[in-house]
Amino acid sequence: MLLRWNAAAIAAACMMGCATLAQAAGSAPTDPQIAHIAYTAGALDVAVARQALKKTRSKAVKAFANDMVRDHEAVNKQALALVKKLKVTPEDNDTSRALTKQIKDEQAKLAKLKGKAFDKAYIDHEVAFHKTVNGALTSTLIPSAQNAELKSFLETGLKIFQGHEQHAEHVAADLK
Amino acid sequence: MFASLLPTCRSLWLALPLAVGLAAPAFAETITVTIEKLTFQPAEVKAKVGDTIQWVNKDVLAHSATARDKSFDVIQPPKKTVSQTLTRAGSFDYYCKYHPNMKGRLTVAP
Repeated sequence: MLLRWNAAAIAAACMMGCATLAQAAGSAPTDPQIAHIAYTAGALDVAVARQALKKTRSKAVKAFANDMVRDHEAVNKQALALVKKLKVTPEDNDTSRALTKQIKDEQAKLAKLKGKAFDKAYIDHEVAFHKTVNGALTSTLIPSAQNAELKSFLETGLKIFQGHEQHAEHVAADLK
Repeated sequence: MFASLLPTCRSLWLALPLAVGLAAPAFAETITVTIEKLTFQPAEVKAKVGDTIQWVNKDVLAHSATARDKSFDVIQPPKKTVSQTLTRAGSFDYYCKYHPNMKGRLTVAP
């Protein structure tokens, strides 16, 4: 389990170009940590989508960003209901902190871009971000989840985010 | 013998003007496709023109049934049921435009 978590975190870190995520890994994440990571990833994607909604002029990018806000807010609402039901208190952890820092840096980068350059950078980020999260869900978060309901929730989440990844890839192809 | 044929004849006479008037089969069916956890169930449906597809979305997310050839694009809001009357014959591969990993096929006979 320990090895798997490390390998996953390192793989994720490589994809994101973020060394801190590898340092964050020590042992398999607990359910309260998994819940926190999943919620944080969703909230961060909403934040970037809102930034995109303010900046983009592309109809396709706007539609995509709206879809991200709608889906991730719906999923996170369900996540909150689930942790309440399971009496799990999400626990902040190094992976959540590393993710948050990575997205803040990405947002700073995006803030400097305009027009088509912004659109491309945002959509490329969305493809990469969903790939990273899906990788982490598959290799670490789902296998580590102890509670069956949390595991099933994450499995549905994975399907949703795989959908987003494909959707983002379609938008990226259309932008070219 | 003759008496037992009578109801059949009568229903035929009733059905005929209906079929002509609506240009649709008299015995249109409603077929339910349930959307749950990002899956169309059943994923393959055979129907005929005039039938209704009832899309029951049990997810908290909005989905769509979007034909690859763009001949239909039905939005299914979260936790809602949407009906679609089939007006065109053909074999339609469709997907969800928000989650393109969701796929299905609708075959509509004339």
